[in-house]
Amino acid sequence: MFSLSPEEWTAVGVSLKVALVATTVSLPIGVFTAFVLARWRFLGKTLLDGIVHLPLVLPPVVTGYVLLMSFGRHAPLGAFLADHFGIVFAFRWTGAALASGVMGFPLMVRAIRLSIDAVDRRLEAAAGTLGAHPLWVFAVVTLPLALPGVLVGAILCFAKALGEFGATITFVSNIPGQTQTISAAIYTLTQVPNGDLGALRLTLISVAMALTALVASEILQRWTSKQYHPIE
Amino acid sequence: MIVVDVSLKFRSFELAVAFSSEGGVVGLFGRSGSGKSLTLNLIAGLTRPDRGRICLHGRPLVDTQAGIFVKSYRRRVGFVFQDAQLFPHLSVRHNLLFGRWFSPQGQRAIDFDSVIATLGIEHLLDRAPAHLSGGEKQRVAIGRALLSDPKILLMDEPLAALDLERKLEILPLIENVRDEFQVPIIYVSHALDEVARLASQVVVLNDGRVAASGPPGQVLGKGDLGHDRFERSSVLTARVGDAKSDYGLTELVHPAGRIWLSGLAGPPDRELRVVVKATDVAVATIRPTHLSVRTVLSGTLRSIETDDGALATLTMTLPGGDHLVALTTRLSVQELSLRCGDQVFALIKTVALDERAVATTRRR
Repeated sequence: MFSLSPEEWTAVGVSLKVALVATTVSLPIGVFTAFVLARWRFLGKTLLDGIVHLPLVLPPVVTGYVLLMSFGRHAPLGAFLADHFGIVFAFRWTGAALASGVMGFPLMVRAIRLSIDAVDRRLEAAAGTLGAHPLWVFAVVTLPLALPGVLVGAILCFAKALGEFGATITFVSNIPGQTQTISAAIYTLTQVPNGDLGALRLTLISVAMALTALVASEILQRWTSKQYHPIE
Repeated sequence: MIVVDVSLKFRSFELAVAFSSEGGVVGLFGRSGSGKSLTLNLIAGLTRPDRGRICLHGRPLVDTQAGIFVKSYRRRVGFVFQDAQLFPHLSVRHNLLFGRWFSPQGQRAIDFDSVIATLGIEHLLDRAPAHLSGGEKQRVAIGRALLSDPKILLMDEPLAALDLERKLEILPLIENVRDEFQVPIIYVSHALDEVARLASQVVVLNDGRVAASGPPGQVLGKGDLGHDRFERSSVLTARVGDAKSDYGLTELVHPAGRIWLSGLAGPPDRELRVVVKATDVAVATIRPTHLSVRTVLSGTLRSIETDDGALATLTMTLPGGDHLVALTTRLSVQELSLRCGDQVFALIKTVALDERAVATTRRR
């Protein structure tokens, strides 16, 4: 009863692949965006902040539709990427990764930005007076000190990507073996007769994966904060 | 060596500071809010001036007219912050070596081992900054700044967060750094005893402007610094005399007379600076006898400041150029009929002089 069918295993595999790729690709962009929002002052910063947070407040279906209009086969960006780089998002698992990455991005940026904000700027100034170029200051002072927030941001994004449904199904549909994630598979199973048991199995798998991610983030955070504040 | 002439407007605060130094320790002295730290930030390149120039060893760091602004990380200044600012994720050793990673390899004038030895931090090397006491952190911070091979050390109230005991422990270390590594230092402080002890030149800032500048004995005693009366002090420069005493006293020879210090203060002929609190100085118009006070200095009364209150501030010029400030009452001034230009005697109790805070001036 608790053994998964091959289709269900495929959905789990797609989900993991999509979430991992979404998190890995968006992490460097997220760190950079968070740093820009935390440290730079420029015209249009509020606008950038707003755009980053848009997927958090928009209905996921709207986000998915915007992606479809920009990255679809015949959409300008989608056609350009397909013609010049051979990257196709439409109805592929890569599109699912893009959609869930976009949905997880604001959560990631928020967590990282908070931890960069918490890094004492005088530490960065101290590193500067010791001869470190701003890029080095970022690499050896700011980033290591913000590491707990970076890890939390990555895990939040991963968890969000695992569970993403609305934007993904709008953008790349629900194709078994290609774009059908756990969420989409559960949705499909609830629409067919006798699908309840399969839906329950996938639900348990979801709960287990989410718990694992949360526990991992907790352990990582404790470990990193112990590195810097051994007394507390 | 360093020439500073800058101005900056920040909200309602206006800073316009000019001074220069040929080396040694420059004490930037003044109350909080007088612009000391801002001046230091300008030299370090952490803040940009509106106009002016800063030259270090002939190299312009800032010149607004020529459009020069050297970035902080290219200036090679060692900055010691009030609260140390050690990198919490690095061990003490890696904190110390941090500047080494970025300084040009061929020109390392300062040796790791001798810095560790001078500051007495061998036993701390493998610890995390979170495990250090305030005094230890500050020593590591000084070492870290030194090891980046700076052209100048900028110290921003490095002892302000420490208790007196720690302070007395670290002050001689800074003296050793000054003497051993020959790095010019700009030392910012609102504590007169620290400035008096370390600086060979004092620049007094008041409200964003240079109020006075010169050797500590001539600048720090002046009456126009407007301090709380219990914080008013003067600085006397004297030499350890030959007189032996069976009573544990040290004789210091000053052009104005002999100063007696409790305890021993180094070999004969060593130059020392003594901080004298204005509230500890009494004034007489004739040389007094039958008195327990041992130190009697003769000088000329330069100014008498009084207001409607009970107190009067007397400033004397002593032979040799030092200034000495005495606080007394307006009534005493009247009863003794004191006037500017009078020859007077300043009386200082030996017990009021802190022999622990006595400074040895730069070795020659």
